[in-house]
Amino acid sequence: MDNQRLTLLSRIQDSDIYFSFTKSPTAIVSTIILIIIFFCSFFVELVAPFNPFDPSSLSLMDAFTPPSWSKDGVAKFILGTDGQGRDMFSTILYGSRISLIVGFSAILFSLILGVTLGLTSGYFGGKYEMIVMRLTDVQLTVPSILMALLVDGIARGIISKELHDEMAIYVLIFAIGISEWPQFARVSRAATLVERNKDYVSASAIIGVSNIFIMFKHILPNIMRPVLVIGTIGLALAIIAESTLSFLGVGVPPTTPSLGTLIRIGNDFLFSGEWWITFFPAIFLVILAFSINLLGDWMRDTLNPKLN
Amino acid sequence: MKVKNLYKIVLVSLFVFWSTLSWAANTIKWSMQGDSLTLDPHAQNEGPTTMVSRQVYEALVTRGLDMSIGPQLATTWKATNPTTWVFNLRKDVIFHNGDKMTSEDVVFSLLRAQQPTSDFKEYISTITSVKALDDYTVEIQTKEPNPILLNQLSNIFVMSKKWANENFAIVPQNWDAGQETFSATNAMGTGPFKITLREPNTKTVFKKNRKWWGEVKHNLDEIHLLPIANAATRVAALLSGELDIVTDAPVQDLERIRSSGTHKVSSIEQMRTIFLGMDQAADKLRSGNTGDNPFKKKEVRQAFYQAIDIEAIKEKVMRGLSSPAGIITFPGVTGYTKELDKRLSYDVAAAKKLLAGAGYPDGFDIELRCPNDRYVNDEAICTAVVGMLGKIGVNVSLNSQTKSKHFKELKDDQGDFYMLGWGVPTLDSHYVFHYLYESEASWNKVNFSNAEVDAAIRVMEGEVDLEKRNAAIAKAWKIVKDDIAYLPLHHQVISWASKRSVDVPIRPNNEPLFRFSKKR
Repeated sequence: MDNQRLTLLSRIQDSDIYFSFTKSPTAIVSTIILIIIFFCSFFVELVAPFNPFDPSSLSLMDAFTPPSWSKDGVAKFILGTDGQGRDMFSTILYGSRISLIVGFSAILFSLILGVTLGLTSGYFGGKYEMIVMRLTDVQLTVPSILMALLVDGIARGIISKELHDEMAIYVLIFAIGISEWPQFARVSRAATLVERNKDYVSASAIIGVSNIFIMFKHILPNIMRPVLVIGTIGLALAIIAESTLSFLGVGVPPTTPSLGTLIRIGNDFLFSGEWWITFFPAIFLVILAFSINLLGDWMRDTLNPKLN
Repeated sequence: MKVKNLYKIVLVSLFVFWSTLSWAANTIKWSMQGDSLTLDPHAQNEGPTTMVSRQVYEALVTRGLDMSIGPQLATTWKATNPTTWVFNLRKDVIFHNGDKMTSEDVVFSLLRAQQPTSDFKEYISTITSVKALDDYTVEIQTKEPNPILLNQLSNIFVMSKKWANENFAIVPQNWDAGQETFSATNAMGTGPFKITLREPNTKTVFKKNRKWWGEVKHNLDEIHLLPIANAATRVAALLSGELDIVTDAPVQDLERIRSSGTHKVSSIEQMRTIFLGMDQAADKLRSGNTGDNPFKKKEVRQAFYQAIDIEAIKEKVMRGLSSPAGIITFPGVTGYTKELDKRLSYDVAAAKKLLAGAGYPDGFDIELRCPNDRYVNDEAICTAVVGMLGKIGVNVSLNSQTKSKHFKELKDDQGDFYMLGWGVPTLDSHYVFHYLYESEASWNKVNFSNAEVDAAIRVMEGEVDLEKRNAAIAKAWKIVKDDIAYLPLHHQVISWASKRSVDVPIRPNNEPLFRFSKKR
């Protein structure tokens, strides 16, 4: 009983995960990178030297300034400026905030939806389970980008243009979220099938605990490991999906550029030698997605005892 | 067995023969950012739409490579009295379906272009009657002596009456209402090329009209029009050899194309002025937050004008390829003077003061409507304007969309503040006034109305004394310039990029004439 009174910190330090974390350089490096990126993105007002969305701070005459280390570079624009005279460094940070918000929200949305459906279908079984699982089968045959494009197209059809610009970010979250949920549903259902027949579940059922309580209080904590693993990898996928959609011009409006929108804008200048407008947002996206994936890989290796 | 083999051999050799034939076809692959809006020759008065129609349809008279007016379907014409013109038609002209072209078709086409759904009715609003005197003679009566009738007629295309009757195309397609007609996707003209495939926004195939009446000066068998919206993709397709010519090469890529060694660039000052419109009649702006219409005050319009740093746009957005404009017309047009074309100075402090004086010291919210596939760097110009107006406290939200939506919504009176470009095919100021400044004119979406200007427009239409007419034009320009009815930005410079082996003469109205084009 004394163990439970140990501080949270010492419990974490004592855990397998912590031990494995300290032994994995890739996990440490990617975590540090992610912490820096998250910090810079969410406290962007403190970090970024300029606010690219404040027109009074922009001057068109600064447009197309190359990065500071090249011949015509200017020290105050570290990574150069785009065609509107916006500082690339600040624009990327503001853009990554939007990408991260969309990515996190979308993955949270699909996690809640997928786990709820997977957990209940695994627990109750029967026709309900069959319907949910066939639904995931159907959706897994549709590529997720296609699914997201479809949702966005329908949203454009039913929401007026003015409203759509304001709603764009929610539509995007929904579109990406709805295309990722089958992964979560499948994994959580499989895990639930295993847990359902364990003694602690039967015991709870015998003493008359309600189904809802059993599912969410007893089973859910035990199936969270695999869900968290695919959630981490899914986050990278969601961020890339957001960039892809924005690159295709169906994501967030150009007035609030995300990383994908920035890459699309820069794409127009690839031939003319202004490579930095598209290169830096792209490399930033690669680093972000790569770090999340590495962390996800490490997590899968650690949390899955069979691989050890 | 032998017979079977023979069949195979014959089939294979036929296939080989056919495929070499299609390789040998001399095809120009042409691209620009947007497509023609409709094939109906009278439904939309818009640059690329006319560019496409011009290859397929012909008019009574037309402008040649040097932009001077010359005969086309009419061989000779004369004014029998100041308001009556008689045109003698060519007798050897046949439509693409083999029907002979007669005066019936000309009369039909002119009347068709005067219908309410026509976008060309302003061109020929002075025509009161069109009569066929015999099979190859047409008489046109005008309200008053019309000094620019030929200029106007050069843009009224002649289509087959019989074909229109058979295909329910007697009146022009109502483009503004989104109508779909047979004539919008099919064409029946007399021109040097005929359209054999039409997939809007994807591909349009023109084939050489082997029965064309004129002397063939081109060596093309086919033209493929393949619109590509994305600038980088268009340039990549050109440089990789997939395209032969791009008639709106992106300004930022001209250096790259020129240095390729395999491609060439030709630039010319285009007969087109880009400007912004500000609705000055509505009681309340649709997208504003002030509850009234700030544009009613000239101070506000002037503040917008002076807040725009056109030199910065020229240098950074247009890369030097534009000339800042003071009026919506350009050198070469009757009525243009250097004096008129001078701009008000760029002065942010003065603009702020004007805005404060008008009662908006903190600015206001407004939406800027902008096409993103029509003019050179249109969206980038608008984005720059948003930033510049932000500096005087006006919070502009940008609504940039494809040109077909942009134009449709403008015509639908949905715009408070918008971008538009205007060319002058007739090379006469009257055209600009008649479309943009006359009260209730079809493209007067700023709802400008001034009795003196309207009176001057009447003079331009009826006055044959050139001195008096020019005085009226000068007076009208002064009024609209002083009133800042529109906010002129710049005259566009257009650049065409093509393979070295392709020779399409560039023209200041940006219209290629493929009948003068060669491909080695």
